Amino acid sequence: MKSELLAAAAAAVVVTVAAGAGAATLDTVKQRGFVQCGVNAGLPGFGNPDSAGNWTGLDVDFCRAVAVAVFNDPNKIKFTPLSAQQRFPAIQSGEVDLLSRNTTVTLTRDTSVGLNFAPVTYYDGQGFMVNKKLGVKSAKELNGATVCVQSGTTTELNLADYFRANNMSYNPVVIESNDEVNAAYFAGRCDVLTTDVSGLAGTRAGVAPVPDDHVILPEVISKEPLAPAVRHGDDQWFDIVKWTVNVTIQAEEFGINSKNVDEFVNSKNPDIQRFLGTSPGMGKALGLDEKYAYNVIKKAGNYGEIFDRNVGPGTPLKLERGLNALWTKGGLQYSAPFR
Amino acid sequence: MTDTVKHVGLPDERPPSNIVGPVAWLRNNLFNTWYNAILTVLVLLLLATAVPPFITWLFVTAHGFDATSQECRAGGGACWGFIGEKLRFILFGTFPYDEQWRPLLTIVIFIALLVGSCDRRFWKPWLGLVWAVGLTAVGILMWGGVFGLTPVENTLWGGLPLTLILSVIGLAVAFPAAILLALGRRSNMPAVKVLCVTYIELIRGVPLISLLFMASVMFPLFLPNGVSVDKLLRAQVAFIMFAAAYMAEAIRGGLQAIPKGQYEAADGLGLSYWQKMLKIILPQALAIAIPPLVNTFISFFKDTSLVIIIGLYDLLGAGKVALSDPSWRGFYRESYLFVGVIYWVFCFSMSKYSQKLERDLNRSHRR
Repeated sequence: MKSELLAAAAAAVVVTVAAGAGAATLDTVKQRGFVQCGVNAGLPGFGNPDSAGNWTGLDVDFCRAVAVAVFNDPNKIKFTPLSAQQRFPAIQSGEVDLLSRNTTVTLTRDTSVGLNFAPVTYYDGQGFMVNKKLGVKSAKELNGATVCVQSGTTTELNLADYFRANNMSYNPVVIESNDEVNAAYFAGRCDVLTTDVSGLAGTRAGVAPVPDDHVILPEVISKEPLAPAVRHGDDQWFDIVKWTVNVTIQAEEFGINSKNVDEFVNSKNPDIQRFLGTSPGMGKALGLDEKYAYNVIKKAGNYGEIFDRNVGPGTPLKLERGLNALWTKGGLQYSAPFR
Repeated sequence: MTDTVKHVGLPDERPPSNIVGPVAWLRNNLFNTWYNAILTVLVLLLLATAVPPFITWLFVTAHGFDATSQECRAGGGACWGFIGEKLRFILFGTFPYDEQWRPLLTIVIFIALLVGSCDRRFWKPWLGLVWAVGLTAVGILMWGGVFGLTPVENTLWGGLPLTLILSVIGLAVAFPAAILLALGRRSNMPAVKVLCVTYIELIRGVPLISLLFMASVMFPLFLPNGVSVDKLLRAQVAFIMFAAAYMAEAIRGGLQAIPKGQYEAADGLGLSYWQKMLKIILPQALAIAIPPLVNTFISFFKDTSLVIIIGLYDLLGAGKVALSDPSWRGFYRESYLFVGVIYWVFCFSMSKYSQKLERDLNRSHRR
């Protein structure tokens, strides 16, 4: 029996050797026939499989947008669910071409971890949620509060920094699992729940027994710009990811979405002609099809559509655009010009 | 004509009710001392407060398997609609939806193999062949690519089949390795002995989770760029290494329990080392080692859930990830309870079977 098992194990050895080391990622991806994308193993609205096992979420849709840019097909993609610890080795070792896993842009990640960050796809920040009954209106009134926080995250460190900076004391209730942190808060074990504002809003909308009993305080105590990342050393691939994200933002600014994009193809506006590839140049500069922007908008949608379908007010997460509104509407989403 | 002597006595009387019967049993077992009486009352009170609400939550106010999340959130007990909606995801993970009869068949094959192997009448050489055929069928079903089956990469495998593959194949490969390690550790050859001791102590000295991290996070960094070894295989190898070290120690315990006379008798018969081990020592040693081995099996079966940290969705992982669907957040009680019941059924059957096996094999020196 043992030898048969060994034979089975030997058959199971799947050693994949991609094209030689140092080859351009775009060529490797084209040769392979799909984009390998690292996503969160389960973060509601950002990266999670649905009941049928299909990947959905904001981060996932940006992976698909890149697949459309390269192949004009949102399904030429494979997802690798990654834990927080796994994500950087996975992108460094080339296991994934693209990391789109709610990763905060920081200096050390950009430098010593060896990542290049595309434009921010979601501006987040750490906040506080309290029960309305406490009557708290500001985080400055939280002196002496019991705070539920997830362990091993920057959240815990930010929390400590914030209270120290404001000369306040607090009792942390530190729990490893996100679900249990939420459960502890709703069971009344702590006065305050802290995590990223998107997470708080999602928890309030999706987990709270009575959502209106809880209020998210206005203070945002940290900056968490989440962006897709590629590894150092392949500028062309970095440009492709960067200008794919920009396409979605610019399209929303132009008022172009997946439904009306065909009406814009014959637009007289030279900016839009350049953007959609009616007058050529942009696609070629990236090494992609001239109509890549058209394809991305048609098959993946503009930024607003991606936001609304995954985390927007119509979804169970019910997040407002806030900082993620276009710069023309008071937010931070801004694309460099296509020319 | 023969005389028969008839002994006629008084009919047997029932023993007094303070010696047998339910009242006496209660007295002897639950109320035999004043502190046991207090403990009994306390435990009963605890059960009375905990069990009825739990039953109510579980059945009475629960929502059925077709409930929507809105209905569940409106109030009431357990939301079995969550299990109804997510059943296939929890059981099969991200395996392509239309092909999920394949992992289902895999589960059936695994259970049939395991149940069949439990019957000692089938402990014949052809059982190995049956296993080989069964595992090949599992491989074909899961991977596909032949007989018109769509190929499915093992990164998409998940749920119960993944748990079964990791644990059953892990244990099946680790078991022979563990026997060799245990024999090596008791060997007279210094090099073999040092090697085995080093291996066992090294692996037992680190947590399983660090082995998994090594396999999944560190290992790819040592490979040249672009070369990657399958993620599932890396995890499987880490599990085998871990299980082998632990089982080796359980088996060594069995080996040490065999009296020296058995070894000497075997030597006296002029048996070779392998004959001695295979025919005399190991059959006895393994029978003695059943309880610690089963202990290892059970904990190992549950340890496979650690693969969640390297992004594989085993049964528990799939149950956890099912909760990340935005419309079905917060039903973790239902999810964990369901998964827990599945784990319990497997572990309890293992435990029960091992007790039976222990009785059968250890007749000679039952204590």
